[in-house]
Amino acid sequence: MTTPIIRVEKISKLYHIGQREQMNKTFREAIIESISAPVRNFRNLWNLTRFDPSGENTHDIVDTIWALRDISFDVQSGQVIGIIGSNGAGKSTLLKILSRITEPTSGEACLYGRISSLLEVGTGFHPELTGRENIYLNGSFLGMKRAEINRKFDEIVAFAEVDKFIDTPVKKYSSGMYVRLAFAVAAHLEPEILIVDEVLAVGDTQFQNKCLGKMEEVGKTGRTILFVSHNMAAVSKLCDTAILLDSGRIVHSGDTRDVINAYVQRGESVKVSHRDLRDAPRYHDSCEKIITWISLHRSDKSETTSFLTGEDIIIRIGYLLDHPLSAYCQMNILNYMGDRVIVVHSEHSSTPMNISDEGYIECSIPDNHLLSGDYSIMIDFGKLFPSKQWLDCIPKAVSFSVDIGNYLGGLEWINSQGHGTLAQKSSWTVIKEKSSSRLK
Amino acid sequence: MDNQPLIHIKPKKGLQLIDFRELKQYRDLLYFLVARDIKVKYKQTVLGGLWAIIQPFFMMVVFTLFFGKLAKIPSDGIPYPIFNFTAMIAWTYFSGAINGSSNSIVGAGSLIAKVYFPRILIPIVPVVAGLLDFTIAFIVLIGMMLYYHLYPSLLVLILPALILLMMLISSGIGMVLAALSAKYRDIRYTIPFLVQLWMFATPIVYPASMIPEKYRIIYALNPMTGVIEGFRSAILGKVAFPTEMVMISTFISIVLFLIGLIYFKQVERYFADVI
Repeated sequence: MTTPIIRVEKISKLYHIGQREQMNKTFREAIIESISAPVRNFRNLWNLTRFDPSGENTHDIVDTIWALRDISFDVQSGQVIGIIGSNGAGKSTLLKILSRITEPTSGEACLYGRISSLLEVGTGFHPELTGRENIYLNGSFLGMKRAEINRKFDEIVAFAEVDKFIDTPVKKYSSGMYVRLAFAVAAHLEPEILIVDEVLAVGDTQFQNKCLGKMEEVGKTGRTILFVSHNMAAVSKLCDTAILLDSGRIVHSGDTRDVINAYVQRGESVKVSHRDLRDAPRYHDSCEKIITWISLHRSDKSETTSFLTGEDIIIRIGYLLDHPLSAYCQMNILNYMGDRVIVVHSEHSSTPMNISDEGYIECSIPDNHLLSGDYSIMIDFGKLFPSKQWLDCIPKAVSFSVDIGNYLGGLEWINSQGHGTLAQKSSWTVIKEKSSSRLK
Repeated sequence: MDNQPLIHIKPKKGLQLIDFRELKQYRDLLYFLVARDIKVKYKQTVLGGLWAIIQPFFMMVVFTLFFGKLAKIPSDGIPYPIFNFTAMIAWTYFSGAINGSSNSIVGAGSLIAKVYFPRILIPIVPVVAGLLDFTIAFIVLIGMMLYYHLYPSLLVLILPALILLMMLISSGIGMVLAALSAKYRDIRYTIPFLVQLWMFATPIVYPASMIPEKYRIIYALNPMTGVIEGFRSAILGKVAFPTEMVMISTFISIVLFLIGLIYFKQVERYFADVI
């Protein structure tokens, strides 16, 4: 049995929330506090003998929060492991502990390789120093020796595409150049264990792709990578396994796709077939709240939240207006990753929708081609006369699931996570023919 | 086969000692940090390296006028300007290092939160970086020595030891102040003021010989007393070497350094949580 390269055992981290206030204490207050400590301690003891329902005398007890609770996992050498979770789940805290920036409150971790942590792009960069000087400074922060930086200097500059500006102060760089240079240094680290925290969130798409590519390269060389990101596409591309954190605990771990699915499920609205949308979050504050509810039906008009591939999907959207409108409605069906996969638009049907007061619009999507998976609907609503104008938009009105059933003749394992989005019936024939009759 | 983990992370308990191997690993970082401090300081000024000379020089002019000429303070038989200047360059280094160190942890907040490196390097950087200005001012001092025809005795060889002593004091106090300033933000603002007061408790504008015999031991408890008087004696060769004072100074410096080190190491684990 091989020893894992990282072994984390019951790591917990407790934060005192009141710590922020305590931190800004002045020295004078600290002295007065230590003088009055005996008085306070006596008072606390005294309070224990009396029942205080109002809780007024508990101001000395500081609020605490467990940012991490009993986190245990192993990472084998060469694994690329993703760490996902909503904000506040504890991902950054875990990385900080593994990077030795902060101490765990209890538990321990053993690392059997050299680590480099990339928690921020451009750590230590000083605007007055030139690109060259910052490369050396940043590199040595990341753990590189001077000789190593010398060796890789030209590569780093080439990767960052800042050759002409390498000797100008960094304060003159554009934000794109800055980020490219910072990442270029980090990209040339050769640690055994690499810890990366959301650094792909910066930069333009081209740059992000370059970074992803580099990280893939690093993964392929057999290095161990811990990768925290909100970008599910990146996580599923780079990581073999993943861990899902929620409120400081590991709630799911294993195959990346399963874990991402579990994450999406948690954030998903409860699947109800009829949903009140009057208070649903709108795309923009300026949206008029015209749409009031939504419901999903089968072709026999029964309400449902799950469909089979091939079935008709009927959507009813309730509206409430104070003046009549000639309206249009567009709906997008989104997959589990939030990508739009289908669009339907009321202008396809030739009759204009004249609506007033209260009622509902019914949209029928015949013979859906969706693969098994979870989907959601985004509604876009607007008017056509006197000019086309967008009025209301709800990014996530309702969720539903699709099961492929027998649509592709029993291939139930084909789903929307990895096999695409749409199923298509097709017909195949074999024609026997000698190649010589073709090649002329 | 059970490997020893390269890095073992767990809550630190008890006394923390310096990991010398780790410091050796990070010595390049120390170099770059010192270089950064120096470059940044000079890039942002118009006069650059001249600042190293201007401050002690003009202080000397003012002190000579008011203490040397008007108040007629004695100066151990040495012309007042150079008497004062020799002390001033050491004091300028000291106050610069202390002020730099006390602000260092707070100033490095974003670094501490984002990357691991031995935190002890942070308050040490100003102590090392200050040596450059010290050297520049020292060259001016040599110029003054030629002007006044004052030549050092053989004792000048002890100069490196005195400089080391100066660095020990600065880093010891610097480490304590740096750690305290991280937690209690008001301390940083009182340091410049306290250092000013301390200057008058040190024989810079007046000689130690002015202090009555019976108080001289207490006076020597100020570690900079020994350093300053030792400096003057070694460089200007006019006064006997204050061996006793320097001994006391050495002892106190070592104690200060150890206290600073121990306190800093105990508290450094909380920096990332407090800043």
